[in-house]
Amino acid sequence: MSADLTGTTPDTLIRFDNVTKRFGDNTVLDDLCFSVRPGKHVTLIGPSGSGKTTILRLLMTLERPDEGTIQVNGNRLFPAPEKERREARKKIGMVFQQFNLFPNMTVLRNLTEAPVRVLGLSKDEAEVRAKELLDLVGLADRCDAKPTQLSGGQQQRVAIARALAMRPQVLLLDEVTSALDPELVAGVLDLLRDIARTTDITMLCVTHEMNFARDISDDVLMFDAGKVIESGPPEKIFSDPEHERTREFLGAVL
Amino acid sequence: MTWDWSAIADFMPRFWDGVLITLQVLVLGSLISFTLGLVWAIAFRAPTRFIRWPVNLVTEFIRTTPLLVQLFFLYFVLPEWGVQFSALTTGTIAIGLHYSTYTAQVYRAGIEAVPPGQWEAATALSLPAHRTWIAVILPQAVRRITPALGNYVIAMLKDTPLLAAIGVLELLQQSRLESASTFQYTEPLTLIGIAFVLIAYPASLLVRALERRLVR
Repeated sequence: MSADLTGTTPDTLIRFDNVTKRFGDNTVLDDLCFSVRPGKHVTLIGPSGSGKTTILRLLMTLERPDEGTIQVNGNRLFPAPEKERREARKKIGMVFQQFNLFPNMTVLRNLTEAPVRVLGLSKDEAEVRAKELLDLVGLADRCDAKPTQLSGGQQQRVAIARALAMRPQVLLLDEVTSALDPELVAGVLDLLRDIARTTDITMLCVTHEMNFARDISDDVLMFDAGKVIESGPPEKIFSDPEHERTREFLGAVL
Repeated sequence: MTWDWSAIADFMPRFWDGVLITLQVLVLGSLISFTLGLVWAIAFRAPTRFIRWPVNLVTEFIRTTPLLVQLFFLYFVLPEWGVQFSALTTGTIAIGLHYSTYTAQVYRAGIEAVPPGQWEAATALSLPAHRTWIAVILPQAVRRITPALGNYVIAMLKDTPLLAAIGVLELLQQSRLESASTFQYTEPLTLIGIAFVLIAYPASLLVRALERRLVR
């Protein structure tokens, strides 16, 4: 460990130190430590209830840890004064299982609202950029549609574009294909593969799509009962797991 | 009992004055109740209990005491503390304040019906609190509750005669004044009854139409 006062080496973008999170009597994260280097794509796997989604929700400040520290890019997320937390959070984007697009806004406005209000872009700048992103996700012709007029797959692609519009350093993907009809899954995953390949955005991904995880991941973290029980490159984890629980889990899902 | 058309004709000037006052109370009272109710509803969700608790206490108190008592209190007790308004102003504020505690519950239900994912998406985009309310939550909440708010406007219309008790010259008070000088009760009372129907029934049709359009 270097003598860096922030406790973060330049090589670490996300850092969890001794993080514990409980819901009532249920300890979902148990003294968890892990870090992610910039630009890496990390997939979190494990049985449901093992705390994977909680990690993403902590990073997005949708939950608070009971103990421990979380840092992003050298800025404290927890514990931290509200102002510092807000600043750190701006670097993070999230795509949800249920899309969570704003149904009262057009597709275009979903993509411009936050850049205008938070990043301070002019409306024109934000719209130009939004249209580029909609083009990237293959929905340039649906600018004026309302989210409810789109299919689930289209909505999720808009949600991905909306997250990218904030120019995040970190993109959190929370089971982004779980709510989609099977025939719509491939389109969304292909888009994410493209983004993983062509950008330097750091990705943290919770998914049950093991082929996708194998394709995009630099590292796979296997969770069980609130702890990382095994981690390594996907080739290793998927073909030659060391831990008995990992073998059981992969045997059940593959 | 005989029906006297000339009594109707004599009542007309007072009647129209009463219609105007009743509508004025209704419109201003509605605006007060819609605005204050929204303030209460947002305060119900304030991050600190030092706001939530007092607001809950005050609104519950207003909601569970009779409007007539509140009218008398505002009209007869406040002047002793040096706060004096006309009967019309006092009545409009009282009815708006009283109904704001009902509309607050309607807003609360509408806000709670917005899925948690909408708040989470707003947080994920770092939207400031006021933009989250104005651009995301309220447009979705208000759409669902507009018909329910409309029903309270109709209820408020039917409570406006209570203002006669402090002398506001709305429809009931006008008919009482008319009867006091002519001793004819049937015609003025019948006419104002019909007037209430003629205002309330189209309003309820409008609310139902809104319900079909907005709540799906």
